[in-house]
Amino acid sequence: MTLDQLPLGSSARIAAVDWTLLVPEEAQRLRALGLDEGAQVTLAYRGVFLGRDPLAIEIGRMTVALRRAHARAMTVETTHAPQAA
Amino acid sequence: MSRRPCVAALVGNPNAGKSALFNALTGARQKIANYPGVTVERKAGRMLLPNGEPVELVDLPGSYGLHATTSPDEEVTRRVVMGEQEGQARPDVLVIVLDSSNLEQHLVFAQEVLELGRPTVVALNMVDLAERDGLVLDPAALSAALGVPVIPTVAVRRRGLDDLAAAVAAARDAVVEQPLARPHVTLPERRMLAHEMAQGAILSETRKHRIHARMDRVLLHPWAGPPILFALLFVVFQAVFSWATPFADAIDAGFSAIGDWVRAEIPPSLARDLLTDGVIAGVGAVIVFLPQILILFFFILTMEATGYMARAAFLMDRLMAGVGLSGRSFIPLLSSFACAVPGIMSTRSITDPKDRLTTILIAPLMTCSARLPVYAVIIAAFIPNRMVGPVGLQGLVLFTLYVAGIIGAMVVALVLRRSVTRGAASGFIMELPKYQLPTVKDLALGLFQRAWVFLRRAGTMIFTVTVALWVLLNFPRAEPGQDQVNASIAGHIANGLAVVVEPIGFNRDIALALIPAMAAREVAVSSLATTYAVGAADEDQQGRQLGDQLKARWSLATALAFLAWFVFAPQCMSTIAVTRRETNGWKWPGFMLAYLFGLAYLFAGATYWTAVALGLG
Repeated sequence: MTLDQLPLGSSARIAAVDWTLLVPEEAQRLRALGLDEGAQVTLAYRGVFLGRDPLAIEIGRMTVALRRAHARAMTVETTHAPQAA
Repeated sequence: MSRRPCVAALVGNPNAGKSALFNALTGARQKIANYPGVTVERKAGRMLLPNGEPVELVDLPGSYGLHATTSPDEEVTRRVVMGEQEGQARPDVLVIVLDSSNLEQHLVFAQEVLELGRPTVVALNMVDLAERDGLVLDPAALSAALGVPVIPTVAVRRRGLDDLAAAVAAARDAVVEQPLARPHVTLPERRMLAHEMAQGAILSETRKHRIHARMDRVLLHPWAGPPILFALLFVVFQAVFSWATPFADAIDAGFSAIGDWVRAEIPPSLARDLLTDGVIAGVGAVIVFLPQILILFFFILTMEATGYMARAAFLMDRLMAGVGLSGRSFIPLLSSFACAVPGIMSTRSITDPKDRLTTILIAPLMTCSARLPVYAVIIAAFIPNRMVGPVGLQGLVLFTLYVAGIIGAMVVALVLRRSVTRGAASGFIMELPKYQLPTVKDLALGLFQRAWVFLRRAGTMIFTVTVALWVLLNFPRAEPGQDQVNASIAGHIANGLAVVVEPIGFNRDIALALIPAMAAREVAVSSLATTYAVGAADEDQQGRQLGDQLKARWSLATALAFLAWFVFAPQCMSTIAVTRRETNGWKWPGFMLAYLFGLAYLFAGATYWTAVALGLG
């Protein structure tokens, strides 16, 4: 499963990132924000219009906005079902 | 030999609260300029050490790393820290600013800075917000882990500032140690270490319900979020559009009164005319923008300081992505419906330089309030006041002109994104900062700085152009009995221009009106009134009389072409001046002038030829 398919409110660990799907600047920005292999993330919010883009991801005590296209490059393993916390 | 003054620099991630700390440390004594060759702002101020010695403090742009820089802002930060930035002495002391509630993230960048082995102090900022979230930290433990002094601060409450100044003084005088011998630490290793240090610095952590999470649940709610945003934007738009009007009118009236007074006091002469119609009118043309700029920036600075701006961008991102922009472009473009000048100034919040440039270039296509007087006169004169189904025809035409501008802007954005401003867009990746109450002092300082930058940078140019236009319209002097405007340089230019605009249905009178309208679009109306010798006491009457004159002299096709022209024509020197200031050179305002005049000519032409073909010529 990739990050964009994660159900709203559920947590996951990023298992792998296909950096070739991202332009270098985007890849660097994502890594700088800690969105990298091994990171623990929660899908917190989604955009409203057309295709529910972008996504807001909670990582640590931070919330990061990114687009579906970026999330698609990240393979995740679910750790918590929605509302489990 | 006298020692040069000590330089200290604030470095840190975006949203670490650097600017608030900078304002608290330097007060209002700040200097804002651009770094040479880039559009990145350099903010510097004077901070006093405990012994009274002044230190130049530089507020560096927020950055996520020194080695993999992804924006001009981050590149400037890297160069300043490394001592490679032109026009900036290498800082003697680095002050790393950390957000206390986001240590794990911010310590990654901090490690990179610390590895340089320079005299460094850490400001553990916003400790109050961390405590609000149930996180209590141990600065001593963090200091031991990092090997540099760690000072807890709350910039907005002025807590810890004296301790920080003392630490900066001590760091400067300390013997500089050699850089740490760990040059090849990888990012995952740094992240691991950051995690360990952050955990080690935590005294207690209770999982209190975080306030910002609760606010996001409402403000980013799929049903509630957008209506809240639109309600807020409606207020902003209303404010810029109508609250500013009485002030702008008062400023206009004030400068007219000064002009009248000078005319009454000084005997007629060319020098007097230069003073009244050139200098006083020129200063007035600059000041008149201040109400709109101040009102718009009051809202924008508040939205940025509270953290809502990032949420607004989040909500609007999908719509803007359609034309290759991001959610951050939405508010500058919306503001441009009132006036492109504050709209273009507000593009500073767009982090991606290509996105920002595209937004600046299409901002003049939003139908600003200065076009309304032109549209109103022409529509009233040529479009019959009757109903087409449920809507009035005049209103429909006005609406069409607005839509034409919006569609034009979307198409231009799409084209630019694939040509001139093409490039690996950073897309839309950003942190949603924590909600915070803005301080009045920071807001006031920000407003003052925006206003000052506008007056000094754009103002000087607007003033110069006003005076230059006056010269064009008043020299050479007319012979007795001859019309001054026709005899002037502008009159001769109009003769040449008339040949160029003849194919799109414009006569020489229009060509002549277009020249002074370079100052501002609405000048076209008064200038046509002068040409057709319409003299009336009040504006309404002038509009009606001018309308009658136009109807008698222009064909409907010409009138429609004239409207189409003003949808695109960049006839506003203030927009050009502010674009020059914001893009740091003549290249992009030049491009803007060329492409907008090109489009104006094309669309006015297309409108004219179509209308003539339909038998409206």
